[in-house]
This record gives sequence, C-alpha cells and structure tokens, in this order.
Amino acid sequence: MIPRELNYTKDHEWVRLEGDRAVVGITHHAQKQLGDIVFVDLPLVGKKVQRGDQIASVESVKAVGEVFAPLSGEVVEVNASLAGSPDLVNKDPQGQGWLFALRLSSPAETGDLLNAAAYEAFAGSGG
Amino acid sequence: MNPYLPHTPEDVRAMLDRIGVPDVEALFEDIPAEVQRRNRPLGLPSHDDLAVHQHLVGLAERSTGRELVPFLGGGLYDHFIPSVVGHVLSRSEFYTAYTPYQPEVSQGTLSWMFEYQTMICELTGMEVANASMYDGASALAEAVLMASRATGGRIVLVPRSLNPRLRDVVSTYAWGAGLTLRDVPCSEGGQLSLETIPDGTCALIVQQPNAFGIVEDLAGLKDRLGKAFLIASANPISLALIEPPGSFGADVVVGEGQPLGNPLAFGGPLLGFFATRMDHLRRMPGRVSGQTQDVDGKTGYVMAFQTREQHIRREGATSNICTNSALCALAATVYLAALGPDGLRQVALLSFERAHALAERITALPGYDLAFSGPFFHEFVVRCDAPEAAVERLRRAGIAVVPPDFLHPLGIRDGFLVAVTEKRTETELERFVAALEGR
Repeated sequence: MIPRELNYTKDHEWVRLEGDRAVVGITHHAQKQLGDIVFVDLPLVGKKVQRGDQIASVESVKAVGEVFAPLSGEVVEVNASLAGSPDLVNKDPQGQGWLFALRLSSPAETGDLLNAAAYEAFAGSGG
Repeated sequence: MNPYLPHTPEDVRAMLDRIGVPDVEALFEDIPAEVQRRNRPLGLPSHDDLAVHQHLVGLAERSTGRELVPFLGGGLYDHFIPSVVGHVLSRSEFYTAYTPYQPEVSQGTLSWMFEYQTMICELTGMEVANASMYDGASALAEAVLMASRATGGRIVLVPRSLNPRLRDVVSTYAWGAGLTLRDVPCSEGGQLSLETIPDGTCALIVQQPNAFGIVEDLAGLKDRLGKAFLIASANPISLALIEPPGSFGADVVVGEGQPLGNPLAFGGPLLGFFATRMDHLRRMPGRVSGQTQDVDGKTGYVMAFQTREQHIRREGATSNICTNSALCALAATVYLAALGPDGLRQVALLSFERAHALAERITALPGYDLAFSGPFFHEFVVRCDAPEAAVERLRRAGIAVVPPDFLHPLGIRDGFLVAVTEKRTETELERFVAALEGR
C-alpha cells in the first residue's frame, strides 16, 4: 500500500516525480480515513501555488479533507475523470485516482519529501 | 411578582446557596467594573399594558403618517397575501425560524424545504435550488463569488440597469474577494448592451426585469460568455409570464423572494432564492434538503451537503452564510401552493395589465413620458421635469412611490419609478393620475 517509487508528505499525500513535473494524490491511508468520496474539488490549470497552500479538497460522505500543495509550482494538469468518478480516489488512490500535476518552481523542495520507509513509520506511529 | 420573572426571592436564594454564591451580582463579577457601571436603570417611564400600547401606536402613526397606498417598487412589491399563508406560518411546528442543526428530527421542515426548492426550480427553469438565503442581494453576491470560484475569473460585468441596492451589496462582497466590477452600458430602450467581454470575466449579471422595470433580452448571452457565468437576478412573480432565465442557459438564477407571500414590512425580513445547474451543485452555497428512502423503503428527508458548511469546514466553507430565511421561505412555499401555476400567472398578468393601463394614462398627460421604450412588466420609469414635486403631489394624495433619488446612481435625475401590482384598484389608479395632473 506504500509503493517504494513514490514520495510522501506528512499530510498523507503522495508525489510522483517526473523531471520538472510532479503528479500528486492522496495516500491509501488518507482515502481510508475519509471513507466514500463523493466529490473532488480540483484547482484550475494555470494556478500558481507555494508549498503548503491549500490547493484542492476531497469530500466524503462524512468529512472534507483539504489537500495542500506538497511542492511549489504551477498546476499543469488535473485529473478530469474525477468529475464523473470521484470514487477512483477510493478504488485506486495512488494510480487512476491521482489529483493534479505541478510544474515545479523550486525543485530543491523535493529533498524534504518523505520516502516510503519514512512515511510508513510516520503513518504507523498514528501521524 | 413580575409576570416575566417567575422566580420568587426564595427560589433565587435556594439556587445561589446550591452553587455557593452569595448574591446574584457575584455571578457577574468577571465583567469589568467600568462596563458594569453602564448597566444602570434607563429611567424609562412606567405605565400599564394598555397605555404602553396606545403610546407605541401613536409613535408608529407619526412614522407612517396616514395609510399611504403603495405604488412602491425598486425590488420589493405589494402583492396580496392569502390568509392561509399566515395561518400555516403561525403553527408552532414551523414558527421557530432558525435553521435546524439536528435536521433529521424535523422531517416536516425538511419536507417543505424540499417542496420550496422544487418550486423555485420550476419557476426559474433550473435544476437545483438551495433552501434559501438572507435576501436577494446577498444571494446575488454569493452567486458572483461562486462564479469566480468556478471559473477563476476576477472581473464581474455589471449592467447600468442593475438595482443600485443590489450593486452596493455585490460591490461590498467583491471588494472583500478582490474582484473588479465593470460597467455594461444601457441602450435607449433601457436594456443592457453587452459589447466586449474582457479576458478574466467570471460572470455577467442580468436583472430580470431590470431596475427600470424593463424586460431584458437574454437570448444569445450565454453563448457569448462561454465558460463565464450568466447570473440572473429575477423577480419571481414575473417568471410566471416571461421565459425563465433557465431557458437561456443561465448558470445561476437568484432573486428576492419577498413578492411571494411576504409583506413589505418596511423592508424586511426578506428571502433570497438561489438556483443553479447540477454541474455546479457542489459549489453552491447554502443548505439543501434532499429526498431519500429509509431502511424500510419509506420516503424521508435529509439535510444534504452539510460537509461543506461552516460548522464543519470553518474558514474552508463554501460560504459563511449557510443559514436561511426559513420562515419567509415557508411563506413563499405556502403562497405558491395556494395559488398554483394558474393563480401565479393571474397575479402576474393582472399586475402587468394594471401597470400598462396606468403608464398609458400617465403618458397621455402633458409633460409626462416613459423614460425607456423597451418592454416592461409591472414597473416603469416616468420621465418628467420636476420628479420631486410630482412625488410630493402624490404623497399629499395618499400615494407612496420610491423616492426619485433611488434612480440617481443610475444616472436618471428627471424621473421616478412606479410599480403596480394586482392589488391596485381602478380608484387608486385614477387617484394617481389626478394627483399628477394637479386635480
């Protein structure tokens, strides 16, 4: 459930680095905590964000989870399939349920992301 | 013993002893002494119930003068309210106006809210409506914020023909949200004339009928706007006669619901209605009552989409106004149910016919004309040389119209606004014309 090739944040988001691009979603653990997801509010393409800005929200039947930008950059793509099938975030959070892609403006920030082992330890400790 | 303070001195003593406090004042010790000093008797005269009542009636008469016949418009209108409306409102099951925070125990409230939403959708030609907002002005401002959230645009196109009160409220919200308002000019006919649509436009506001009473032509506007929102602020009674904004692709239809079964009441409380398309459902502010089935397959109602509201999302809420005007919305629901589609159409038609009859007679007088040539519903701007003097003559004849300075922000200094509803009688129309003539 915590693939080695991804990076993570303490906000339970995952990041897949592809050159100067980063694809972002919420982790398996996060979707499980939220329950059945009914709506994903995605940013508009072209939006510029700083690391830590609230950028999206994931709404389940019982709560709304806020998604923060794990890295600074510009939104270059959003997952359009989520408009019709928000449940992809439950079914395949770390694949087809990706949220958005950023073009990074401060690539050095990637050094602060957690690797799979560090995230596993964090999530396992009740973080 | 004071009838409103049922505790005897013995009761008070027993309660103080129980919690171990020497006297009532001690309960307020943590209020600073300086503030407490202000809490002194007001020195009001003391009279019996009847004398107080007579005194207050006297004060009220000084405010209103003798009963004026209202030809008032500008957003609120004097329609007849069937007595069944007041009767249903005053039932104790409904009379608590506040929105329920443990809603599912209030199935009756949720079921009329669902009916209200359904009626608003039918009137506006839209797909989903919320359970109401404070008033038409704040509903319009919320629609503008929603358009900006949905499109990312920050420019709002505002016609010169928008009610200045609505414009003021939108402008206040826009200031807070960092949005810019741009004027859209107005034609000779009194209709908006949309020229260029700047990049970054999130919405065009259209008032239907507009502040001059003129019916706007909505055809083709949405096509020109593209993804920017077409927001209509509509008079609900007019929608029984004219094609609803929903038929022209409007993204949001809002309006002041007061004409539906709510009194003028010196300007409030009011009722904002808000309707949109299913595509925008999750961005819509306010509460929504939803129909569903319980485990036994029986129909039941729930408060839907609460997850976006402020008591759960705090500063992340879709809107920080998630409450509604429940009692006013109930009045609208009972009013619409009592009249039915044909009754509402009749109210609209009578208002239309009487307004046109009065306009015809006014324009037959020398020195009086209509300010605009466009089609109007039940309200129109009379153009004349000295509007203040004309309005004063009307007032002396026992007739109230909106003061002419209402139109000043719209650039009209030689006219005044007249609204006519189904309540205005032939005698009252005649009195209006006679007063203008100086008879």
